[in-house]
Amino acid sequence: MCRLFALTSLKPVSPMLAIKALDVMKEGHDGSGVGLLLQDLGGPFEEMKDAPILSGIFSEEGIRRLDLFMMDQGFLTKYKISLKIPKKAVEGIPKRDLYLIRAYELPEGWDNLEQDEISSRLMMTRLKIREMGEEKKDMMVFSFWPDTIMIKEIGDPMKLAEYLGLDRKELSARVIMAQGRQNTNYAIDLYACHPFFIKGYCTMTNGENTAFIPIKDFLSSRDFPGYMGYQSDSEVFAHILHYSMAGLGLGIDAYKHVITPLQEEALKKHPDANFLSHLKKTCRPLIIDGPNCVIGVLPDHSLFMVQDRKKLRPGVVGGKPGLFGFSSEICGLDAVIPGRDKTKDIQPMHIDTAIVSPDRQEVKICRQTESLNLPL
Amino acid sequence: MSSNRKLEPSSLSLNDLPWQIHYNNNRCTLCGQCTAVCPVKAIELAVFRKRVIKTSVQKNKKHSSEYDTFYGIRQKTRVENACIGCAMCTMVCPNDAIAPVKNPGLDRLKFHINQNGIPRRRGGRRNSSRSVLDRIKFTRISMLTDPALDAGRHEFEMRTLLGRVLSPRENMKRLKEKGWIPPVREIYPLIIGGMSFGALSPTMWEGLQMGVAYLNEELLMPVRISTGEGGCPPRLLRSRFLKYVILQIASGYFGWDEIIHAIPHMKEDPCAIEIKYGQGAKPGDGGLLMWHKVNKLIAAIRGVPRGISLPSPPTHQTQYSIEESVAKMILSMSMAWGFRVPVYPKISASSTSLAVLNNLARNDYASGLAIDGEDGGTGAAYAVSMDHMGHPIASCIRDNYLNLTKIGKQNEIPIFAGGGIGKNGNIAANAAALIMLGASGVQIGKYVMQAAAGCVGTEEDRCNVCNVGICPKGITSQDPRLYRRLDPEDVARRLVDLFISFDTELKKIVAPLGRSTSLPIGMSDALGIDDHAAAERLSIKYVV
Repeated sequence: MCRLFALTSLKPVSPMLAIKALDVMKEGHDGSGVGLLLQDLGGPFEEMKDAPILSGIFSEEGIRRLDLFMMDQGFLTKYKISLKIPKKAVEGIPKRDLYLIRAYELPEGWDNLEQDEISSRLMMTRLKIREMGEEKKDMMVFSFWPDTIMIKEIGDPMKLAEYLGLDRKELSARVIMAQGRQNTNYAIDLYACHPFFIKGYCTMTNGENTAFIPIKDFLSSRDFPGYMGYQSDSEVFAHILHYSMAGLGLGIDAYKHVITPLQEEALKKHPDANFLSHLKKTCRPLIIDGPNCVIGVLPDHSLFMVQDRKKLRPGVVGGKPGLFGFSSEICGLDAVIPGRDKTKDIQPMHIDTAIVSPDRQEVKICRQTESLNLPL
Repeated sequence: MSSNRKLEPSSLSLNDLPWQIHYNNNRCTLCGQCTAVCPVKAIELAVFRKRVIKTSVQKNKKHSSEYDTFYGIRQKTRVENACIGCAMCTMVCPNDAIAPVKNPGLDRLKFHINQNGIPRRRGGRRNSSRSVLDRIKFTRISMLTDPALDAGRHEFEMRTLLGRVLSPRENMKRLKEKGWIPPVREIYPLIIGGMSFGALSPTMWEGLQMGVAYLNEELLMPVRISTGEGGCPPRLLRSRFLKYVILQIASGYFGWDEIIHAIPHMKEDPCAIEIKYGQGAKPGDGGLLMWHKVNKLIAAIRGVPRGISLPSPPTHQTQYSIEESVAKMILSMSMAWGFRVPVYPKISASSTSLAVLNNLARNDYASGLAIDGEDGGTGAAYAVSMDHMGHPIASCIRDNYLNLTKIGKQNEIPIFAGGGIGKNGNIAANAAALIMLGASGVQIGKYVMQAAAGCVGTEEDRCNVCNVGICPKGITSQDPRLYRRLDPEDVARRLVDLFISFDTELKKIVAPLGRSTSLPIGMSDALGIDDHAAAERLSIKYVV
């Protein structure tokens, strides 16, 4: 089973905090890999919130092709972090040429574009780089988005963090998501590694999505180029989140109504019964199944956790004003926020969505039986 | 016959018949029950002559040659009296003295059931026990990476949608603008397919309706039943139970005068309107109710004279194209109920069904598509249609579903599969396989007759006389002497048994696959088959 840890903090913190949590929870994962998302960045990136940051892994040849491509598109490098890799190989970690974290200036012609158009172009640029990389196996790109860094690699999380030197002052963030263990269903593929990112929405999951194929079929047929990949059955959670919020204009309070709608009796009693009954019918292929604990972040840096319909996976949210952690195991939370009031820890149940908004003052529980903020 | 007399071409011997009566004279009490019950008069009381010769080697003893007679049962060999294997004789025999046995040799009767130039017509089924559906296995079992669910204790939502579901965006837009949103019914995925009042006996129909009402009102299972083409009894049309009924209209429009006139008096809308363009048992051929079954009651409900055969034309005569059909028929039916009732066509499975589907996809008023495969049953059809016409259901459903996923409308037009589901008794496995191939639900007919009323039909050409109104179980007969054998209460109870046990079996299939929150429509990754070509054709896994 995967281990998940996410935190949201008023002050930027080092990703090592989350790695520490994964290390404490190590008993439950096989140490086969780690995926990291850093958002609402501190350090040098604080000054360049609008500059898209490209995160990925490149071979020497790949980086040359990338540079040519980006220059051709009109992107100029604004800032980069070089992860110095030790010369001596570490067992269990593949040898790579370059882990790229590079912020770009937007091309000149983009100045007057609407934000939506810029977002779309950034996504298309990422997809193009991914496509080029898949052709020659020389580039992997995890995100290309402002104020966002993603690192994914195979290996034990703590060893990897030391290997990549993640404990450095340029790397700090107010929102961090970390997942331990790769997808074990198929051959290990870094594109199958959580968290999954799409246009500012990001999720990671502890579970198994048994309704994967019909959901994938539905998303793939939405005529939206970003709904692709699907090396992991959990990638659809991020895409459903994006579809329901960006595509349908719903709030995070409705996400659970999309993935695990209420059954008939409860639905009838709901204050928004009519709307929800329509939502349930029209979004039926997006209903998930199997055991799943989903932790996600929204473009406004809110963090949330939801469980499957039967609450088959563990998950806890706790902390104190200014710092909250979302963890698949309590020991992970204990390791990172030991001084919190544990009586206020929350383990979201089958109809709950636990949300910590960007002010990081409290955990808000949104129950599926409560009325919604409707986009009507 | 005598050995020195001429033979007629259709003179048959017992050995030529598909069913042979095995009769034990020692146990027979000559009560006559078997000859009375036989629906085709295949057996009769006969006097047999027996010669007893006594010879001896002893010189003084006399030889004797005496004639004796005894009484017993004789099987007739005339074409029209050929035994149909229904085994009612066995059922009524107090001494277990008689039983029909399938002739393992070649059925030569087949060459002669065209006397007077009339080809064989029959009811029932295709008479082929081969089934691709039976060979499909559910191979994606939840093991350790995710826990299998508990079919007995976990919460399950095994419902489906009947009706045109808009895309989430379009639906949201119409909600905002208070625009028309097509009606959608949430129903149980096992639907009782169209068997008309006329094809079925009054007791059978009443039993089914009572069972459906019980399932809905007492067990809260939203089971729906289609009327078939033959109208609907006036009291049912005006009752609150109409909401459990799918009214079928077909090319003969039988019974629709009554239905149209009842609209102002309806307390509830019907569940849906099914427009039958074709059926799997006799694709491209119209409906048929033979004159034997058109009695006073049937004639009244259908609005026709008594005692005449009622063939529906193979096509709706007023329509010449699919576009017109959708525009005219679906729209006018929708309009009749104020656009509150889903209207969908039912077609026979065909290699052209994709064209129908694509056309429906472009029209918001089309609420779904029911496809009936070659294994569909019927009350009456030409044998050649049943045996040789049609398309298997599995690949047809799969093609249609994959086509919908290609155009992104897989949730918008539900496809319902019919024909051969459970024909070898594996109803839940067959239904689940079709659902995972892409069907939103399945329609059953023959299985209901077998499980809920004891129809004796099998895939071995047994009985199959539904067309001429002599059903020995009273299921498809309009003769009170026959249908009195069937108690509607019993039919209702058995129907409830059928649905409850199906529900348990369906859960026993989906729970180990880790599915419970929604019906696993299109979950093809769960399926495997031990035939490479079939696996490739259906886009599922090949497993050996």
